[in-house]
Parts: sequence; C-alpha cells; structure tokens
Amino acid sequence: MAIVSQTLPAAARARRLTATPGQIALALAITAFLLMFLVLPVATVIYVAFTEKGSSTFTLVNFYDFFRTELFMRSLWNSFYVSAMSVVWASVFALPLAYLTTRYAFRGAAIVQTLGFLPLIMPPFVGAVAMQLFFGRNGSINLLLDEYLGFKLDFMEGLNGVIFVQSVHYFPFILINLSASLRNIDRAMEEAAQNLGCSGFRLFRRIVFPLAMPGYLAGASLVFVKVFDDLATPLLLNVKDMLAPQAYLRVTSIGIADPMGYVISVVLIVASVLAMWLSARAMKGRDYATTQRGGGGLARRRMTTGEAIFGYGVVALILALVLAPHLGLLLLSFATIWSFSPLPDAYTLAHYGRVFGESSVYIKNTLIYASIAGAIDVVLGVAIAYLVLRTRLIGREWLDWMATAALAIPGVVLGIGYLRTFYGVTLPDGTPLATLWITIVLALAIRRLPYALRACYAALQQISVSLEEAAENLGATKARTVRRIVVPLMAGGILAGFVTSFSTAAVELSATLMLVQSNSDAPLAYGLYVFMQSAAGRGPGAALGVVAVLLVAACTLLSHIIIERSQKAKGMGQ
Amino acid sequence: MSADPAIRAAADTTLSTPAVAVEISGVNLSYGTNHVLKDIDLSIAPGEFFAFLGPSGCGKTTLLRLIAGFNQADTGRVMIGGRDISALPPWKRDVGMVFQSYALWPHMSVRRNVAFGLEERGVSRAEVARRVDVALGLVGLSHLADRRPSQLSGGQQQRVAVARTVAVEPKVLLLDEPLSNLDAKMRVQVRRELRDLQQRLGLTTIFVTHDQEEANTICDRIAVMNDGTIQQVGTPMELYERPANLFVANFLGTANILAGGVEGEGGARRFALPGGAGIPIGDRICPAGAKLVFRPQHARLVPLGAPIAGAALPCTVLSREFLGSTMRYFVAVAGTEVAVDAAFTSGRALLDPGAQAMLDLETDSLLLLAD
Repeated sequence: MAIVSQTLPAAARARRLTATPGQIALALAITAFLLMFLVLPVATVIYVAFTEKGSSTFTLVNFYDFFRTELFMRSLWNSFYVSAMSVVWASVFALPLAYLTTRYAFRGAAIVQTLGFLPLIMPPFVGAVAMQLFFGRNGSINLLLDEYLGFKLDFMEGLNGVIFVQSVHYFPFILINLSASLRNIDRAMEEAAQNLGCSGFRLFRRIVFPLAMPGYLAGASLVFVKVFDDLATPLLLNVKDMLAPQAYLRVTSIGIADPMGYVISVVLIVASVLAMWLSARAMKGRDYATTQRGGGGLARRRMTTGEAIFGYGVVALILALVLAPHLGLLLLSFATIWSFSPLPDAYTLAHYGRVFGESSVYIKNTLIYASIAGAIDVVLGVAIAYLVLRTRLIGREWLDWMATAALAIPGVVLGIGYLRTFYGVTLPDGTPLATLWITIVLALAIRRLPYALRACYAALQQISVSLEEAAENLGATKARTVRRIVVPLMAGGILAGFVTSFSTAAVELSATLMLVQSNSDAPLAYGLYVFMQSAAGRGPGAALGVVAVLLVAACTLLSHIIIERSQKAKGMGQ
Repeated sequence: MSADPAIRAAADTTLSTPAVAVEISGVNLSYGTNHVLKDIDLSIAPGEFFAFLGPSGCGKTTLLRLIAGFNQADTGRVMIGGRDISALPPWKRDVGMVFQSYALWPHMSVRRNVAFGLEERGVSRAEVARRVDVALGLVGLSHLADRRPSQLSGGQQQRVAVARTVAVEPKVLLLDEPLSNLDAKMRVQVRRELRDLQQRLGLTTIFVTHDQEEANTICDRIAVMNDGTIQQVGTPMELYERPANLFVANFLGTANILAGGVEGEGGARRFALPGGAGIPIGDRICPAGAKLVFRPQHARLVPLGAPIAGAALPCTVLSREFLGSTMRYFVAVAGTEVAVDAAFTSGRALLDPGAQAMLDLETDSLLLLAD
C-alpha cells in the first residue's frame, strides 16, 4: 500500500487537524473581543494593585497597607461573615421547601417551587427598601410587636439587615439546585436504607442529604459569591464597612488613581475564585445522581396530620417572607406617605405618573442596553458553542474558559477595570471611551455571557450531528449548514439565552453603578438606586421597581412559552 | 442489471442517475492506536446493490462515512465514476446518504426537507418543485408533503429520508442501517421497497447492516467485514456455500464447527476428532489450524445400524427443538454440540435425549476452514 498511501492530498490530511479559515477568523475575533473587554480590564486592575502609585514598579506595599488598615480588615471580615451567614439562612429557607416538595405528597408543590423563584426577578437592593418598611426598626412588624408585646427585634440593623435581605433574595439558588438533586436520587437508595433499618431523620442525615450534597454545594457557593460581590444592597442599607462598598467608595470618592480600590478588587476576585474552587473540589467525584439509572426521585410519602400542619406552617412562613419585599414594594409604589405606621396612610397613582413621565428615559435605556447586551451574548454564545463542540480547532476550549471566567469577576471589579482601562482611550473629539453608554452595554454583555453560553451549549448539544451531516451530504457547506440547520434548530435555546441575559442585565447594578456618567445615560437599576437614596424618592423608586419586576417576569414567562411552543412544533419535546 | 427495461425507461424521464463504479483502494484509518480500517480494497460495479455486513464495531459504518467524506483516511483513496474524491469535502462529493436515524430536520416540513439538497445546488424554483414531487411520488408520500417529520410514522420517515437523498440524483446511494429503527414487519416491507427503487433508478447502492438476512435478501454482492478488514466478497449464495474462513461461515447462517487434526498421507488422509472418530478427506486442501464445518441441513441423524450414505460419526442426542417444517436436534459429537435438521413428517419416530445415534454427513458439503 506504500504507493497508494502517498496519494492522499495534503489538504485532506490538514482538515482533520484544524479548521477552515472562516472558523479560525471567527475564533480570533471572539478572542480579541474577550481579551479587550474582559481580560484587559481585569489585568489592569491586578496590575495597578501590584504597582506603586503612578509608576510601574512592582510592589506589595498596597497589600501591606490594606492588611494594616483597621477599616479594611473589618470590611473583609464583615464580607465573609455576611456571606457565610447568608448561606446559613438561605439554607434554612431552602431546605424545608426543597425537602417537603420533593419528599412528600405535598399539595401545591409546583406553586411553592414557582414562588420560590420569585425573589430572583427583583434585584436585592430593591427589596431592601421594602424590607425596611416591614422589618426595620420602625417597620410594620416592629411597630406591632412594640404595641402589643413591648419589644422590638433588630432584623434590619447593620449587618443583620444585609444578611436578611440577601438570604431572602438568594435562597432560590439553593432551592433550585437542591430540589434537582433530590429529584435525581434513585428511590432504591432510600428504600435500601429503610430495608436495612434506617428511617426518619437518620435516613435523611445518612443517605438523602449526602446524596443531595453536590446540588446543595453548587447552590451554596453561588449564594456565597453573589453576596460577597454585591455592592448595591449594603450601600442602600447604609452599611459601608464591607469590601465591595469600600472598593466603590475608594474609587468614586478618593479617585481613580488611588490603589486601595484595586487592592480590594483583587481580594474580591481571590475570594470568588476560592469559593468556586472549593465547591468544585468538594463536588469532585460526587456527582452521584448521573451514575444511576431508572428510579427517579425520592418515594413520595403521605404526611400525617401533625406533619402536615407543621409542614404547611413552615412553608407558609417562608413564602410570606419571600413575598414580603414584593408586597412592600407594591404598597410603597401606591403610598402617599408610609412612615411610623404598619401600613401606608393613603394611596395614589402619582408615582407611576412620574415614572412613565420624566423617568421613562431609564426604562428606554434599559430596554436598549439589555437588548444589545443580550444580542452580543447569544452571538458570542452560539459561536463559541459551535467552535468548541463542532470543530477541531486547536485551543478552542480556551474560548470557553475565558468566557466562563467572567463568572469569577465581581461586577464592581469589572466596573473599576473599565473605568481605569478605557478612561485613557479617547474618541477623536476627546470624549473618553469609558463615559460612553456603549461601555455599560459591553460590561453587561461580559457579565451575562457565561449564562448565555451555557444555554447555547445545551441547545447545540441537543442537536444530533447527523442532522448537520445530512445537510453537508446534500451539498450544503459548513457555513450554509450553520445558517439553515444549526441556528434554526437552536432557536429555542438561543432565545432562552437571550432572555436570561436580557432580564438579568436589566436589573444589574454592580458594574453599571461605576460606569454611569449622567442621568440621561442611566439604566433602570441606576435610577432605582438614585430614587431609593432619598425618602422623597422612595415612592417613584418603588413604582420603577414594580415596572422592573414586571418587565423581568414578563420576559421570563414569554421565553418559557416560546421555548415550549418551538419544541412542540419541532417534535423535540418528547 | 436485471431491471425491466420499460420501468427503467420510465424512471429515466423523471430522475436521471447514471450508474457509476466505486473503487476503494489501500484505505487505512486509525483513531489514535485504534486501527479501525485495515488495507481496504474494494470495487463495486455500476448499478450494483452492495452490502457491508459485519458485527458492530467491525468498521462498516466507518467505511461508509469515509465514502461520504465524514471520515478521512490515513492512506488510500476513494474513486467514484473514475474520479478521485478523497480530498473533497462532504458537500462536493455527490454521494447521497440515508442516515440510520434518518436525520430529518425537525424544523422543516417534508417538502422542505426534500427540497433542501436541490436548493443548495441552485436549482430553479420550478425544477425544485417538480423534482420534489417526483421524489416523493417515488416513495409514495406525495400526500404527506406538508407534514412535519415528527408527525410521520417510522416507516414514513425512512421513506422521506430516501426521497430527500435520491432527489438530488446522487452518483451513489449510501444506506446506513436504514431498517434498524423499524419494527420487524415494516422491515420486510421497506427492504423490498428499497430494492425495487434501486432497480428502477439503477443506482449504485451501498447498504450497511449487521443483519445477514437483510443483506442476503436484497443485495447483489456482500462484503463481510470483521475487525476492520474485509473477510470475503461475494454473492449471498457464494458466501453461504463457499465461505472463505470460519468467521464468514459462522456469521452467515448456522454452522457446526468441529476441532480436530489431519492424519495420514495421500488418499488415506482423514480429519480426526478428539476420541478417535474421523472423516476421510482424501486430497482436499486443508489450511493450517483448520476445523471441520458443516450446516445443519448437510447431515442426517440416523439410528445405530442404519445405512450410511456419506461419512459417519457417532453421537448422543442432547435435546431437540420443533421449528415447524423441521425438527432441529442438538447432538454431542466428540464432546462438541452440533445442530442437525431433519424434515418433520407426522408419525415419524423421533429420537429422544440420551439416545445413541449416527450422524451421516454429506461429504461434498463438508468444509475445512481456518480463522
């Protein structure tokens, strides 16, 4: 065969190893985008943290200063304390809901699970104000407690307030992951333990919880990171001695040249990466659910009357907590005055008039910014997913890693990085790039890219490769196949990715707080923040918040409907 | 080929598919250290219905995908109609493939699925419509053109996949286990339809299957594959009657295999079984390590003392299975279990398990085969 073996053309051989020129160009373009708008700003932040102010000499003196300053050490501790306690309280809320709805024949389990997601569609700082009205020193609960029982509870004082708001807001992350894990446990696991004489709480502690551990850890680490990075909630509750607010305050009040903001940013990144790494490590080799076949879900038990009363009581209490911020916001948006009384004095529509009048620019900006950011995300997401899953391009996984690394970058850090990196870059007319509204859009797009990317991945993985091969076999080139087969089939997933990006970008504040230069360029979340800072602005602020919540809720619902429809039409639902 | 000239002429006025030859020479393919295809040489005649037959993992689908351009060979080449297509991407090869899963695009109607390949070739709109109608008419699905693939039965989906492929008038038709997703009854009907369609179009066709019955019933010739190599190429009858080795004998039909060794010289040579019994083989060619092979219908089970026509071997009846027209006995010969068929006639005496008997082998049908 020696003679024949030479006849294989070089081109055919080469194609096995690498990709077409078009694919290479696409990969390079994505790499350039990510380097420019993710890697460069973050690298700049790290660089500034490790150099002497105003020079490029390497130094650790900034970190020395950081660890010597009492305020920063206290902030660091507070951030850890608040994040850890938020995880604890979020677990307290999520565990009973997840366990009761998956383990027992629980009436309204679907409603509980759905309501459980509700907090996610409202940014935590919006809820903070409403929570203060209910649970604050002079809020409804404490006024009632004081009147009838003669004491008050400090739900909302200082760090407690942040913990309370954050745990109510973020517990769905644990609920979602934990419920999924519980549902995936093979019921034979539980029955085998019962057969060997284990039951009740011992069964939960020794078998069920350890098996659900991966889901719990995934949710818990997410809550920890989110709380650690959140900027707006502590600021709005007037808690300044935490890390993210300190980073923001240093940069905005002392100036962009002050190294402390950058040092804090580096600490924030390290903490994020560490938390994610620890949870990934703890979960390694423990993804039990996927290793089992059949079964599916814990056996559902009927509750005894006592259990039922206790169970429904717990669920009602938690749901009341979950709904409190939404209810409070709604009341506030219609209230004339609501102060030192359990409920508002009178009701009005004036706040909504103001929101749709003079403040409608916020809504318009948000729609524009979030749409563009969502579009950027799905375009990048589809391209990266395709390059990674369908080509043999060398180093293609790096695109995925780079894009996903955005998860570990706190919004405030990205904001600081953009300010520092793009303030020096000016347009021909002298305006710094960092002051343009497009910068806000890019920051939002980078922040939401990992989520959109996951959605696109999932969509592409569902498409059988033979559908693409059939098109190529009938004469369609790779590019034509993508356009006529791949993209139409991914439509549902792409839309889901877009809506996720859009709706979360619409209420994002951490990165944008830093980048908004004028009110006319400000998105909704920024407007909310500005309103909520003054007592007089709370009414319109709440009205704007209600608009935001409705917007996000409508988007989420819409995407569900569209995805279900498109799947049904294609017969891929089964 | 054997198609009726009148039918052939009718087909020519609709879809024109001049039959071409396929030549595969010196093909090797490895995935890392896994040598999937080893020195494959094959020539398929114009208009032939050809099968790649073998167990799963033998490389038959890999070879088919290599022809379609989805796998690249390390060495060797593929020629279609005298043209080397080894370096062409899949979309320039003009070989139509019907996928095992059918790969119908769920977001398009049946009509748009079938039109796809023609649209990609820049065929005018009117011509696309005409040829889609012809293709759907060929498979008898014109009335379902506006359905979505998910609204069709498995057999209908399979026919759409075939119509989609033949609509572009490919030079060669590749069928990757096209019957495996159908139920048993459908399979018999569809395979007959496939054969019929292939005859009408006169299309060179390669059919991949692991089912010997499918290959035997519809294919002109078969390449039996195992472990990345072609074991034997021939018509179904040739493969059955003159298998080249033990693998082919065993894979096609039921084969009884007895181990032993050659004893004696010249005309007195015999194939001796463990325990002393043996069969005279005269001057027949006997490859090294050969075993004695015969089919169940090439032996008779007779009571002790009955007259023997061929070569006799003593045996013990182990069990029997009633198959309708025949009674299949399982008997022990020299410590090995073999199957023997006897025509079933009512009232004839049966041998019971434990009975001592004789096997009367047809000497002409005996085979001596090595691995």
